[in-house]
Amino acid sequence: MAQKRFNALPGFGLTIGFTLFYLSAIVLLPFAGLIARALGISWADFWRLATTPRALAAYRLTFGASLAAALANALFGSLLAWVLVRYRFPGRRFIDAMVDFPFALPTAVAGLTLASLFGPKGWLGQCLVPLGIKGAFTPLGVVIALTFVGMPFVVRTLQPVLLSLELEVEEAAATLGAGRLRTFVAVIAPALFPAVLTGFALAFARAIGEYGSIVFISGNRPFRTEIAPLLIVTRLEEYDYRGAIALAVVLLVFSFVLLGAINVLEQWSSRYQTH
Amino acid sequence: MCSSSGAAVTKLIDAMSDTDFTRRRDSASQSQRGTEESPLARWALIVVALAFCLVFLLLPLLNVFVQAFAKGWAFYVAALTHPDSWAAIRLTVLVAVIAVPLNVLFGLAAAWAIAKFEFRGKPLLVTLIDLPFSVSPVVAGLMFVLLFGLQGFFGGWLDAHDIKIIFAVPGLVLATVFVTFPFVARELIPVMQATGEEQEQAALTLGANGWQTFWHVTLPSVKWGLLYGIILCNARAMGEFGAVSVVSGHITGQTETMPLRVEKLYNEYNAPAAFAVASLLALLALFTLGLKTFLEWRQAQEHARARAKPREVAQSVTTS
Repeated sequence: MAQKRFNALPGFGLTIGFTLFYLSAIVLLPFAGLIARALGISWADFWRLATTPRALAAYRLTFGASLAAALANALFGSLLAWVLVRYRFPGRRFIDAMVDFPFALPTAVAGLTLASLFGPKGWLGQCLVPLGIKGAFTPLGVVIALTFVGMPFVVRTLQPVLLSLELEVEEAAATLGAGRLRTFVAVIAPALFPAVLTGFALAFARAIGEYGSIVFISGNRPFRTEIAPLLIVTRLEEYDYRGAIALAVVLLVFSFVLLGAINVLEQWSSRYQTH
Repeated sequence: MCSSSGAAVTKLIDAMSDTDFTRRRDSASQSQRGTEESPLARWALIVVALAFCLVFLLLPLLNVFVQAFAKGWAFYVAALTHPDSWAAIRLTVLVAVIAVPLNVLFGLAAAWAIAKFEFRGKPLLVTLIDLPFSVSPVVAGLMFVLLFGLQGFFGGWLDAHDIKIIFAVPGLVLATVFVTFPFVARELIPVMQATGEEQEQAALTLGANGWQTFWHVTLPSVKWGLLYGIILCNARAMGEFGAVSVVSGHITGQTETMPLRVEKLYNEYNAPAAFAVASLLALLALFTLGLKTFLEWRQAQEHARARAKPREVAQSVTTS
């Protein structure tokens, strides 16, 4: 069968040739360039460049804010997915379509509008001022922007799993005397957990590399509200290529570890989907 | 962007066209209280979810247009027709017009090779195609600076031949092609795999050549998936910020795309003008979202029709 398929259709040589050429020119060559330059830095230098106090502060903010935003998305995204799948209410289809809005909106526009919205004179920032909370130009602003850009991940990973849940299982739990809350905790939640975790990891991975939306809302002060990707840009502007490369390698390694974890998670969560 | 959004969406459409679930729930709503939350709990959950959407979806969107028109229609038009903003709009379109067709060509070639043929290393190839999604846009920009910048691998040679890539339009195109690289391919591969190759083989048997088969058989059968990939690719190409920011050099009127123009105006404390340019990008996002929703709806319809067909045939056979 495989052999037959091989011979019947034309164009394999042409398409695979172009694919490999284009992939090499656009993706693999730039990667190789970065790796080659990184290997040119001695280990001691690399360690020093990647762990300057300013870099450590930037990692702390990047990872901390990404974690907080991904957690917020895991909580509210799960709730939103549940409401969209299980309940019928006016505007449900509109909200469902709008969930992808953060994917479609350029990050610069997201940053601009969130900075204005949560700024001291913005619609939402105004309400925060009496509480003594500053929404924009603080680490909280970074969390807000990252929550926005990561919002669709949990909702979109969880929705198909929720739709495929067998209602009979819940009926069985109810018949056996479990209250609604107990059914949710003991029966529904365990089935949803892998998908929520996958969505959480996807939102987290996206947040680590995010740049566009944050430069508008964070205020970009070194040691306080400077994220790691911004520090890379700063190093480049100072013509400190080695400093930029060291930071980029740290971010890349982290992304790949996360990517591997996400692949394992997706396999795990697909086991809970019946169709 | 989401490394599994394509797959998730297809799964979602599959699940949605399966209306059994909804039907079951509707019939259950009167009798089986064991699988329902109390009305109070239900409404509380809906209110919290809607409040989250209001703060993180609707208000940010509304705010873009309110701020853009805060100084009136005349200011809005003046901000957009300012020579520097107008140059940014033209450059953004130019970059997308080059980058998107390149990735469409690649997507078609890669999908054809991956979906229709078996070869060693296929999973690795698929993983490599997705690679740009897991790279921070800033790191992507840095990679091109390291290759083509003045201190980069080809910097000396390019300088000697007076070719500018970094801080010029070719750099913007390259960075954009990189970040939008997987979009078309990853939408097309599952669609081409699903259609199989019987139709192509039939066309070949009937004497069509390879190109004819591709144009008249393959392309029509994947057109919606292709369109879906193109609009997502285009939205990202026009809206990309981080990667182009690193390679652009921010030369006003020359290497400033619309998102970079938004940042420049914002940093010059000209927020209303920044919002005016941003409103065009927000319109693009809304247009993309609308088209995407329409395509998903269409796909679900076709899916449902394809499912209904065998049943109709079976019925007509049994009744006749």
